Amino acid sequence: MAQRKAFRWHIVVFLAPAVLVYTAIMIIPLIGTLNLSLFGKAEGGRVFVGLANFATLFGDPRWSTAFWNALANNAWFFLIHMLVQNPVGIMLAALLSSPRLRMAAFYRTAIFIPTILSFVIVGFVWKLILSPIWGIAPGMLDAVGLKSLFAPWLGREGTALTTLALVSVWQFVGIPMMLIYAALLSIPDEVIEAAEIDGVTGWSQFWKIKLPLILPSIGIISVLTFVANFNAFDLIYVSQGALAGPNFATDILGTFLYRTFFGFQLQLGDPHMGATIATAMFGIILVGVCIYLFAIQTRLRRYQF
Amino acid sequence: MTGKLRLALLASTMLAGTAAAQDVTLTVESWRNDDLQIWQDTIIPAFEAANPGIKINFAPTAPAEYNAVLNSKLDAGSAGDLITCRPFDASLELFNKGQLADLTDLASMANFSDVAKSAWQTDDGSATFCVPMASVIHGFLYNKNAFEELGLEPPKTVDQFYAVLDAIKEDGTYIPMAMGTPDQWEAATMGYQNIGPTYWKGEEGRKALIDGSQKLTDDAWVEPFRQLARWKDYLGDGFEAQTYPDSQNLFTLGRAAIYPTGSWEIGVFEPQIEGAFEMGAFAPPVAAEGDTCYISDHTDIALGLNAASPNADAARTFLEWVGSDEFASLYANALPGFFSMNSNPVEMQNPVAQEFVSWRENCEPTIRSTYQILSRGTPNLENETWNASANVINGTETPEAAAERLQEGLASWYEPQKN
Amino acid sequence: MSARSSLPRSVAAHGILILYTLIALFPVFVIVVNSFKSRRAIFNEPLALPTRETFDLIGFQTVLSQGDFFQYFLNSMTVTVFSLFFVLLFGAMAAFALSEYRFRGNTLTGLYLALGIMIPIRLGTVAILQLMVATGLVNTLTALVLVYTAQGLPLAIFILSEFMRGVSDDLKNAGRIDGLSEYRIFFRLVLPLVRPAMATVAVFTMIPIWNDLWFPLILAPSEATKTITLGSQVFIGQFVTNWNAVLAALSLAIVPVLVLYLIFSRQLIRGITAGAVK
Repeated sequence: MAQRKAFRWHIVVFLAPAVLVYTAIMIIPLIGTLNLSLFGKAEGGRVFVGLANFATLFGDPRWSTAFWNALANNAWFFLIHMLVQNPVGIMLAALLSSPRLRMAAFYRTAIFIPTILSFVIVGFVWKLILSPIWGIAPGMLDAVGLKSLFAPWLGREGTALTTLALVSVWQFVGIPMMLIYAALLSIPDEVIEAAEIDGVTGWSQFWKIKLPLILPSIGIISVLTFVANFNAFDLIYVSQGALAGPNFATDILGTFLYRTFFGFQLQLGDPHMGATIATAMFGIILVGVCIYLFAIQTRLRRYQF
Repeated sequence: MTGKLRLALLASTMLAGTAAAQDVTLTVESWRNDDLQIWQDTIIPAFEAANPGIKINFAPTAPAEYNAVLNSKLDAGSAGDLITCRPFDASLELFNKGQLADLTDLASMANFSDVAKSAWQTDDGSATFCVPMASVIHGFLYNKNAFEELGLEPPKTVDQFYAVLDAIKEDGTYIPMAMGTPDQWEAATMGYQNIGPTYWKGEEGRKALIDGSQKLTDDAWVEPFRQLARWKDYLGDGFEAQTYPDSQNLFTLGRAAIYPTGSWEIGVFEPQIEGAFEMGAFAPPVAAEGDTCYISDHTDIALGLNAASPNADAARTFLEWVGSDEFASLYANALPGFFSMNSNPVEMQNPVAQEFVSWRENCEPTIRSTYQILSRGTPNLENETWNASANVINGTETPEAAAERLQEGLASWYEPQKN
Repeated sequence: MSARSSLPRSVAAHGILILYTLIALFPVFVIVVNSFKSRRAIFNEPLALPTRETFDLIGFQTVLSQGDFFQYFLNSMTVTVFSLFFVLLFGAMAAFALSEYRFRGNTLTGLYLALGIMIPIRLGTVAILQLMVATGLVNTLTALVLVYTAQGLPLAIFILSEFMRGVSDDLKNAGRIDGLSEYRIFFRLVLPLVRPAMATVAVFTMIPIWNDLWFPLILAPSEATKTITLGSQVFIGQFVTNWNAVLAALSLAIVPVLVLYLIFSRQLIRGITAGAVK
């Protein structure tokens, strides 16, 4: 007990390196940037404007229309990931973890490969495949007699965002797959054996025994997906450009922020409005993560093995 | 660093060439990554041979990232000595922030007309901060072999233009025109700014827009959009997703007959066509034979000096050379389609480039309408024009609605256009 | 047991997995195959394998004559390996402190460290660049390692502390009774147990570092410090219409990551399975 009273230096030692590097390289610069949102440009310098930039962002229809458009697109982008990427990832992990599956190592490796490719490559190759001109996709559809289904998906306002979301799902499905796979493997054999003795096997075993046990992992994946999607930028940028065409149909918060903060073509960068958007994004993500931390995570039972 | 340089310069003056001073290396920031090889093989050796002791390092960034990267580097103080200047406000802003040095007193500035310098001057013209390097001219490239095959002549009037397109479409061998809309700037730059000056009468209309006596909803400004809307029928299948490289490849592989463009493509296309067909060019068509033609002869690229450069003297030596006749001739011939703005005419070898530059004799030149002053506010007129041009060609917005939206956006912040 | 590995079930499982594997690999196949073909063949038959007539190495010749891809590759390796090491070490230490000890400010520290996953570090670019200029680290790989370490830490701590909460208390308490110091408990007992999580975090941390374009562009664009992603991006910009060169550059960018991943993947899976079998 006497030990308890003493100052526990080891906690400081454990925390110090991470906190120091993180604070110096990330937090201080970011605070500097977010701070800009409270200022405005003025003759020969900047002036403190309080929340005026936020009033512009949400009050001036020129800004607010773009903002809500980006937010709505971003929500749709996220929804597709939740509805497609995560279920597919869980399904693949469940299949991979079935015992005595041959070639499991091969599948695992292959399915994860898109995740390690850079956005530059992913954007380029999917544009090539979906190109109406060089025709890999139209040619393949033609081969199965479905040519009429083909459309220049990336060029149509109605389909571009969904297409890009699916490309992103294609790229990142390996992440939920790996996390769930690790979680499934760490379920102790005794639990499975006990279930089998009770006659719970196959799909019902997955639903009744395994799924509840991997719920915390699914929770983490959901919140990671949320954060990643609301910070997404690169894929849209490399495939549709900073103006996120057609007609801003693929504009998400990340591209909106980039255009505003760094400028584009003749549009000069506006660090103050850019920082305002960044702060708004930060707020949205913070709320989402807090919902996860306080409302969901605390209710999930944690199992210690 | 500065001290060292001064010492080195002092030493070299005293020894008067008996010993080489420590080499100064100047880094050139540029978005022209296409030109890397030309700089390395032609331009830099020519300069270094004449100026021992100064080394040049050409360090380009991709065009889309150039502004963001350059501004970050300038703010933090890690940018190169020489800065390639975008025309008008982007560079003016840098000058106003004190990041570009004043070059008004450079001797070689005398080689450039006021028009050539106007893109890199303060609004009152009192200070010039970049040495003009080149301008680009808009027009149409066409496949001469295809035209001969189909018995077509390059069109001079708008009616002839559509007659030619109809003929190519009917024949079916070639896609009449190679252009796509997803990159947006193609539609605006190679479409709207290419044919537009004919309708708004070049400088006359451009200046009228700036002083507020014309509006974007006037017929002269809506008509180019109406023309673009007609183009839709002559573009290839799936043009909504046809990227800029797609369009370039369609033309250079001989699958499309006409390519609305700017002169900068000449040098890029020739090696890719590999002699498979002959390339020709025609100017934007006019309403009726004999009408004055207008071309966009756009001041596009210049070179400035980073005000924080520790090698300012060496950099000025290089800039003097960039303003010289020697550089003009080297550059214009190494990069056919980038036309020198030097007042002394440059002899050019390339026939297609000669064709483009010959239009300067009969046609009234102007620059892109959105570049000067009008893209200073939010919403940004240039970016809006990209979006509107692409929408109009896609058929998702009518020419009139697009024009109205642009006018509304401009009037929201630009004083002379309010009311 | 035999019920679970019945034939139809396993055929179905293989069917789905093979289908998905094809979807995952198809685009990579498209890039690599076409990089070996002549320009016209790429456009005429994008799916055909190179034949004697269409086989062409012109793209690779263009790319390799233009830049020192081996140097770029070494730079990328150096940056990735060092960043990974620091992220894993510092991240695991911090995660352990947060999940193991109750102390005042624990939750607050946890939240503070998690803030970083909510906001793109790219926004701090100018301040980071100023910092690097002030410390003379511009155009060094150290600058990149520092930035990537900071960038990777929040997510690593977030995931690792989640996993560390699952490590049995009995084991740690047994260690304490045996008189092990807290450091030994961490390094000897806990770290080996969370190896699967470490492997997972390693992969997640590695990917964005290897593929990042922005910070190499801003912080270390010099020829000597260029990373392979930046190198290949410069090529794509430079040869945007020269698809031979673009495809060759992309293939050259894919292959090293692929090899690296295949090596790591063994470790990763061994880590995961070793953690699962107790």
